[in-house]
Amino acid sequence: MRVGLFIPCYIDAIYPEAGIATLELLERFGLEVVYPLNQTCCGQPMANEGDQQHSAAAEQLFVDNFREFDYIVGPAGSCVKHVKLHLDAIPQSPEVLHVRERTYELVEFLHDIVKAAAFPWAYFRYKVGLHNSCSSIRGLGIALPSETMGTPFNKTARLLQMVEGLELVPMDRPDECCGFGGTFCVTDEAVSASMGIDKVHDYMRHDAEFVVSPDMSCLMHQQGIARKAGIHLKFLHVAQVLNGGPF
Amino acid sequence: MGDDKKVDVAAHAAAFLAQDDVHEPMHDKNLWAARMKRDAAAREVPEWETLRELASQIKEHTLTHLYDYLLEFESNAIKRGAKVYWARDAAEHNQHVWNILQEKNISAVIKSKSMLQEECGMTAFLENRGITVTESDLGERIQQLDDQPPSHIVMPAIHKTAEDVAQLFARTIGTDPRNTDPHYLTEAMRDNARRRFLEAGAGMTGANFAIAETGSFVVCTNEGNADIGAAVPPVHIASIGIEKLLPKVKDLGIFIRLLSRSALGTLATQYTSHFSGPRKGGELHIILTDNGRSKRLGMPDFWTSLKCIRCGACMNTCPVYRRSGGLAYGATYSGPIGIILDPTFDESRYSELPYHSSLCGSCTAVCPVKINISDQILQWRKVMAAKKYLPVSRRLAFGAAGKIFEHPQLFRSAETMASGAIRFTPDFLLYNRVLNPWGRHRELPHFAGQTFREWYLQYRAKNNEHGEQRP
Repeated sequence: MRVGLFIPCYIDAIYPEAGIATLELLERFGLEVVYPLNQTCCGQPMANEGDQQHSAAAEQLFVDNFREFDYIVGPAGSCVKHVKLHLDAIPQSPEVLHVRERTYELVEFLHDIVKAAAFPWAYFRYKVGLHNSCSSIRGLGIALPSETMGTPFNKTARLLQMVEGLELVPMDRPDECCGFGGTFCVTDEAVSASMGIDKVHDYMRHDAEFVVSPDMSCLMHQQGIARKAGIHLKFLHVAQVLNGGPF
Repeated sequence: MGDDKKVDVAAHAAAFLAQDDVHEPMHDKNLWAARMKRDAAAREVPEWETLRELASQIKEHTLTHLYDYLLEFESNAIKRGAKVYWARDAAEHNQHVWNILQEKNISAVIKSKSMLQEECGMTAFLENRGITVTESDLGERIQQLDDQPPSHIVMPAIHKTAEDVAQLFARTIGTDPRNTDPHYLTEAMRDNARRRFLEAGAGMTGANFAIAETGSFVVCTNEGNADIGAAVPPVHIASIGIEKLLPKVKDLGIFIRLLSRSALGTLATQYTSHFSGPRKGGELHIILTDNGRSKRLGMPDFWTSLKCIRCGACMNTCPVYRRSGGLAYGATYSGPIGIILDPTFDESRYSELPYHSSLCGSCTAVCPVKINISDQILQWRKVMAAKKYLPVSRRLAFGAAGKIFEHPQLFRSAETMASGAIRFTPDFLLYNRVLNPWGRHRELPHFAGQTFREWYLQYRAKNNEHGEQRP
């Protein structure tokens, strides 16, 4: 099984350790993982604005980079959601459809395809607030959305609970949006910041020491809010915890 | 309507947030509580998801056979003694109402909450012609006295505190400004309104559901105000949007079970009143109104928004709405459903609304009739972008980003420039509110010393046969 490693642009520049953890973690399961060097961005920022014209070229480049792989795995729910559900600014050729169908967010890939049953190399003796992003929950189905009736499941929590020492704390609004929302955090800055500070307070009320998420972009926003407010919370991508670093 | 000025919803929302430390937290808390009550009520119904699916299918069926069901409704309503009128738009709707009132020489009406009448700007229209119009729903009456439109479909004054209402009532109906007790205030309004029920020549209602099979319609309220309004004055005028149709009485059970649970988390509204023809000695006038609905029905991406039963669940769950307040949307309909309805009335005026969403998708998941609200919001953005309604600055920014992402080498140098710029730019620039909205409430992320790609090239790329860069 050949896996194409999709490292979103902001992880490349700001959170390389999340990318390194993702690569190492996949390799621990014996997968052949290749990082195509010409990748940039999946097109989501432009598509989110409704700008199909400018997202088309980025989408085509994404498909060119990843068309030859059995699976494409990325440590970012919202980017993967874009590829799977909204990469439609270019004609939907068989290879585009192949790429869209075979692109997975890291947690769902580990849970559904690799069927990871243990992370013996990892331990993490902290209280953790889990932030499953909206894209991961309602877009990719990584957990049962709280609005939907049925038997609850949470793939991220299931994986994290296999890590020795880790304690997940409950939250008042477990799947309330944190206000990142891609370009929303800039164009609707006041509302976005208000949502973010409420989210951070929710972790604080439950004594979380770390916030862990499959979506680093939400954490980038939450971390910025916490820092500005002088709140000492730490933020990690789920790959770093499952891989036991790098931190 | 009529005003072509674009609604700047982000600025309105920022103002709602900035006014004090009381209103926004209260608004958020009260509506989140409604969402929690909704969850508890839905959990009690094992077949909840099946009900949603059935409701969605019934609505889609009805909308795709609307012509036949409307004619069936009309003929059955007439058989029961109602007078039925057709209105293509707001102006025709208001004209029908005015004609009926004039013919009966009526100068005062009492009305219960109707979003359609709100859509038509009916109250202002009638008041300009000397008619006294009194809202009988408590929340709606509060908004009327404050000269504001409703800020929520189900809870029109939810953005106001008890103190706000005490001040307003003191100013308008002479209550004690220091007494904020809800019972006292409600009782004062009841005394004030009852007189108006007795004096009114006509009672106006909307309708939650209209049944083709029987020509009857259903009005759901929690205060019983629609019933007294329809029962006391001699004339009942009902404004019904053509999308309110259901084929048969037996369909109703599904919607009644969903409506109030989704809205407030109650099992049913306190009053679920069926109106089948005029009461003895009275008159019933039904105005079937289009006002843009058939145009929306013809929009392939947006027609399913007509399934909406106006429960307000999407507003209660929407984290953006909860923090903006409904008035920020500057439109008849606010919240997620407003974002997808309002542009069908005026694309230019409401072109910013689709951007007032984090696209979290909670609205779609909570909707009792399964409208893909979040997808339609994104779809509206595509319309706005294609028709160039976006501000020029934003178009240029995303155009430039698109170019950078198209070319790997450009992207690498942009990354290097951005990280360098952030390292060497003084704080006053980074946290300047005009130049950089990110920095006002958030610290900027720190760029890493080495990108992932650089790390990969250094430690891994020797084994990677796909490592060659494009020339």
